[in-house]
Amino acid sequence: MNWITNFVRPKIKALISSKKDVPDNLWMKCPGCETMLHHQELVRNLNVCHHCGHHLRMDVMDRLQMLFDEGRFQQVDLPKTAVDPLRFRDRKKYTDRLKDAQSATGRKDAIVVAQGAVGGKTAVIAAFDFSFMGGSMGAAVGDGLVTASRLAVSLKAPFIVIPASGGARMQEGMISLMQMPRSVIAVEQVKEAGLPYIVILTDPTTGGVSASFAMLGDIHIAEPGAQIGFAGRRVIQETIRASLPDGFQTAEYLCSHGMVDLVVPRSALRQKLVTLIQLLTRPRVEDKQRRKPEAKGKRKVNGDARGHHDTSDEESGA
Amino acid sequence: MYHLEFEKPIVELEAKILELQTMNEGGGVNIHDEIERIQEKVERIVVQTYSKLSPEQKVQVARHPNRPHFLDYAKRLIQDFTPLAGDRLFGEDEALLGGLGRFRGQSCVVMGQEKGFDTETRIRHNFGMTKPEGYRKAQRLMDMATRFKLPVVTLVDTAGAFPGIEAEERGQSEAIAKSIESCLRATVPVVSVVIGEGGSGGAIAIATADRVFMLEHSIYSVISPEGCASILWRSAEYAKDAARALKLTAQDLKELGVIDTIIEEPMGGAHREPERTIDVVGDYIETALGELSQMDGDTLKMRRRQKYLEMGHKL
Repeated sequence: MNWITNFVRPKIKALISSKKDVPDNLWMKCPGCETMLHHQELVRNLNVCHHCGHHLRMDVMDRLQMLFDEGRFQQVDLPKTAVDPLRFRDRKKYTDRLKDAQSATGRKDAIVVAQGAVGGKTAVIAAFDFSFMGGSMGAAVGDGLVTASRLAVSLKAPFIVIPASGGARMQEGMISLMQMPRSVIAVEQVKEAGLPYIVILTDPTTGGVSASFAMLGDIHIAEPGAQIGFAGRRVIQETIRASLPDGFQTAEYLCSHGMVDLVVPRSALRQKLVTLIQLLTRPRVEDKQRRKPEAKGKRKVNGDARGHHDTSDEESGA
Repeated sequence: MYHLEFEKPIVELEAKILELQTMNEGGGVNIHDEIERIQEKVERIVVQTYSKLSPEQKVQVARHPNRPHFLDYAKRLIQDFTPLAGDRLFGEDEALLGGLGRFRGQSCVVMGQEKGFDTETRIRHNFGMTKPEGYRKAQRLMDMATRFKLPVVTLVDTAGAFPGIEAEERGQSEAIAKSIESCLRATVPVVSVVIGEGGSGGAIAIATADRVFMLEHSIYSVISPEGCASILWRSAEYAKDAARALKLTAQDLKELGVIDTIIEEPMGGAHREPERTIDVVGDYIETALGELSQMDGDTLKMRRRQKYLEMGHKL
């Protein structure tokens, strides 16, 4: 009961807690090189370590912002899905786990569907939120993919999926396994409509997610170092009782084994996506149009024609 | 014969009957009555045990080594069974067998996982754990079925797709995904029966079908109860709880609408009367193929898609 405990301490506390809009951990250790990284610096660098180039996981909204033109997109409403079909309970009720994840992320489930322009061309992107129960795929995620693919077909838009998921959501039992054929049907419909289906594999893409829609893309792009595979490392180790090779199940490993087309660093991802969409959806550009961007000297990238499309593509603006 | 822990009282009484029968060679009337009495008791215990198997007991029954396997079915149900080998890309995987044959007069493509019968064959068949080349062979057979308008019968019995370095190297994920896709693409009837264990992605790869049957005591799950327990309960010791929570029995999955029909097993499980089990499975397949063959290929494909798109939405 003195001046210090009654007055000074509360005042100091008030001073500290008034800075709450700053994230709790201003500094974090890079999982790749263990350098301490500052929050702001990380955000500026798209969550990539500037020392070793390690790609940390990225917030799903930041990712969408990064990919769409001018960071603008429209989030698509997803249907209401029946929750907890099994009334599952482990050490905790599934409904409680769901509620926790919902309040922590502000999202209903582990997928966000958005539409917007990518290089002037309307595209639909379905992106997983790993922070929502490990991005696991249950009925709601399956519904998200089905909704997104239908939207892509109705808009005649390229369909891009960005998995970040440990696989099926155990708490939905066989209903989660059934999302594998459901998601396969979803992407089949996009392909049958003659539209590009591009998968951007991010860390991690494993289990039932990698063994369904994620491996059926026209093009597979992966982020450097992302873990991609079917079985978990521990399961494999326990089965074969041997150590795993260096770089096992990384994006680069999958690329060298023929399962991924390109490993693209995050900073170049949007540009690569724009180029690929243009190449797949604009089979022919007229000669004079092709020369235009160079003549203007505007946004010249690799000497290709994308500058033009950014400005005057008649399909833009949706 | 191998027996499960909870089958012990049954096995012991049956041993006693055998013993008495040997003693009875002389033909004593009293012993004959005694044998009959024990026989009745055995039947009573079998009925009692098997009419209320718990999920964890079903897991054991589904994995029972004497349960009829793919090759037992092929031998008894398929005439001129001609297994075809290889994926034309890398190799042959004997964990998943398949080929052409004639089922009750109808030429068809038949495939399924084979777990093996003894140490030697178990190793040859890799305990039914399929590698990418196995799933790529399955795709090849599915496409062949469509090309020659032959119905497809798949028999599922696997703990799961093989988790190993070479499987990952050769694209296990892609192989399973494409296998599901080829099931969905087929313009011929596709009928699947889970005859033992339906292990997650390794099972659905060949079980995306117009009609999915499950034997009464078989299981079908997104993850093994042991795997689920070690992740969610942090210890495989809770496999029993996981088996209950996962709803992996035929009865639960029928209720969830994941499978179409349960095929009853002889009292005491398929392993007690394999031949009868196989014949009953054959009857169900025959009926299903009869119904499905009335539809044209595109209708079949469309309805199959619709079925999976709607799955889980009628709960």
